[in-house]
Amino acid sequence: MDYELKNIGTHGWASQDHAGEIKSELMELNMGPQHPATHGVLRLLLETDGEIVHKVTPVLGYLHRCAEKIAEGVNYKQWVVYTDRFDYLAPMCCNHAYVTAVEKLMDVEVPERAEHLRVVTAELSRIASHLIALATFGLDMGAWTPLLYCFREREEILNLLERISGGRMLYNYMVPGGVRYDVPRDNWEHDVLEFITMLETKKLKDYNQLLSYNKIFIERLSDVGVLSVQDAYDYGCTGPVLRGSGVKFDCRKDDPYSVYHKFDFDIPVGTGEVGTVGDCWDRYMVRVREIEQSCRIIRQALETMPEGPYLAIELKKPVKVPAGAAYTRTESSKGELGHYIISDGGQTAFRNKVRSPSFCNLQVIEKVGVGQMVSDLVAFVGSLDIVLGEIDR
Amino acid sequence: MEILSDLIRSMVGEGMSDQGVFISAAVTMATIMFIVMAMCAIIFTWMERKVAGFIQSRYGPMRTGRWHGWAQAIADMLKILGKEDIIPAEANKALFMFGPILVLLGSLLAWAAIPWDRNFVAADLDLGLFYIFAVSSMVIIGILMSGWASNNKWALYGAARGAAQMVSYEIPLALATIPVVMATGSLNTQDIVIAQGGGMWNWYINPVNNPFLFVAFFMYFIASIAETNRGPFDMPETESELVAGYHTEYTGMRFAFFFLSEYANLFLVSLIAAMVFLGGWQAPFPFLEFIPGWVHFIIKGVMLVFLNMWVRWTLPRVRVDQLMHLCWKVMIPISLLCVVGAGIWMMVTGQAAA
Repeated sequence: MDYELKNIGTHGWASQDHAGEIKSELMELNMGPQHPATHGVLRLLLETDGEIVHKVTPVLGYLHRCAEKIAEGVNYKQWVVYTDRFDYLAPMCCNHAYVTAVEKLMDVEVPERAEHLRVVTAELSRIASHLIALATFGLDMGAWTPLLYCFREREEILNLLERISGGRMLYNYMVPGGVRYDVPRDNWEHDVLEFITMLETKKLKDYNQLLSYNKIFIERLSDVGVLSVQDAYDYGCTGPVLRGSGVKFDCRKDDPYSVYHKFDFDIPVGTGEVGTVGDCWDRYMVRVREIEQSCRIIRQALETMPEGPYLAIELKKPVKVPAGAAYTRTESSKGELGHYIISDGGQTAFRNKVRSPSFCNLQVIEKVGVGQMVSDLVAFVGSLDIVLGEIDR
Repeated sequence: MEILSDLIRSMVGEGMSDQGVFISAAVTMATIMFIVMAMCAIIFTWMERKVAGFIQSRYGPMRTGRWHGWAQAIADMLKILGKEDIIPAEANKALFMFGPILVLLGSLLAWAAIPWDRNFVAADLDLGLFYIFAVSSMVIIGILMSGWASNNKWALYGAARGAAQMVSYEIPLALATIPVVMATGSLNTQDIVIAQGGGMWNWYINPVNNPFLFVAFFMYFIASIAETNRGPFDMPETESELVAGYHTEYTGMRFAFFFLSEYANLFLVSLIAAMVFLGGWQAPFPFLEFIPGWVHFIIKGVMLVFLNMWVRWTLPRVRVDQLMHLCWKVMIPISLLCVVGAGIWMMVTGQAAA
């Protein structure tokens, strides 16, 4: 028998070679760019032996939109809208990362109220992003129902963010020097508090019952796709992927930006509760627990929000930014999101380099994906929670 | 069948030969069965959407046909009829075209031995239960055939998984019904149902009569989910891993054949469960016997279908090796134990058929 499946044509089904030897070779498999489990347009080139994966090569670039090059052509305020399109599941976090870099370059003092508003919206965005992570991860594991439940709660967040920013998905809310709009005068803070209380007390329990502690779910994920601490360091993993391996690192705590130093919250890490530290279930559970912590931050930020202006400077006209370079790193929902901006003193950036967390997190698949089953690879990609908009930019 | 033959004979008079009467009765019966099967596919597609919607806190179809989207499945069928029938250039055309027909045939043939009522069974075979399991194995060949002929690697994965899964799960499926056959002393489907008459305490599922039959019912139910390739055991399709599994390359009516057969199979295994363990067309209480038997039978079947859908929309999917582990190392030993245990129980309590 001949297992050369890729050479099957209309002429022959199994052609033995002349010596009549049995030979087998690995099967090349294109997973994506159009595949339900690759979370967008990721293409994975697999070499498989039956169900076992022998080699994984991620092929990127299907969503490349030259965002960094465009930054050299548009002014600083205009480029905020492009950051929305990086991680379109948590655009507030991306906005936040960019404006902190520009502010560092311009040396602007941001009003306290604006910082609080930024924290609240960014954390709401983080919750929304983590909800999608849970939902799609459940879908990858074949559980359909949590998807709808998580999207139902995300819808609430979108409504809240729509009321404050005017946009449902791409907000363009933060600008260098503050935020665009103040809190709407229709009891917005109260509604946010009500929502996070509902999420903390009721919905998270539902998810845990339905999905997290489901027997089949745990069987599928414990000891699967174990990412060692050394590998995570080597490949530059950050965010829930790094924390899932048991490393307590979070930019909000370890390199505080904005007003995060004022708030009291914990950093959940993977504990190996159902298997090994750093398996898919740990990465998943870190996200669930981060939702709780985000709720805590939002509550504190809203309760201590000072009165005052929400925008330091009116950036009506394109401003000139002093020459120099600045790098800031922030904790987005996917990990450490950094912006390196070089200014030559003009109205546009000379160079804007983005360090996107999903890009670094994805690389590890080349190492961890080898030797797994195809189903486990799907679980592993799902547990990384990548967003292709951020990888390709 | 006899009643139908008598009816035909009375209508056409004595001018018709016995063979002619038999053939016309058989054709009538086959047509009825096919219509029932097509109807159940349409009804269960709609039901699946409504059940999924109910579980997922949404409505499901609401527009087509005004009342709760009842015409949605019909509209889908009409749409699918109008679709282009694409056969991939590199596919093996003969096998590609034959595969879905075999799948449909496998699930259709088994319907012949289902007893709907006291006097209403298309083929009253002495080996009825055996016949059902024998012909429904044909589905495996159809799936393997279409997955291989598609010349698509995902389809091949789906077909290989499907064949492995269905061949494995036929064993606990059949083993779980063996205790019932032992208790009845017959493989005839009608005999099995008649033996359970007189109220729900006489059904084989009642653990007081024989606890091993109670366990066997659950073995049968789990194996039947795997046998119909539905979640959490939908390995051959696994939309998040294998795109659409063995029917990735199929379009139009050929795809509809798979679809039809999935729901026909779903109802079929539920009806078999109702027939073997839940008393078939027998009423649950003697005072309900005025309701026709087929109504009882269909209600029991639909309830099991609902249970199946409930499981599907609640649980995540197991991995393919865990699925095999469950079959060979858990379910087959338990099923075998049920066979032995049921036999011993019957000997000890003196229930053994003479």
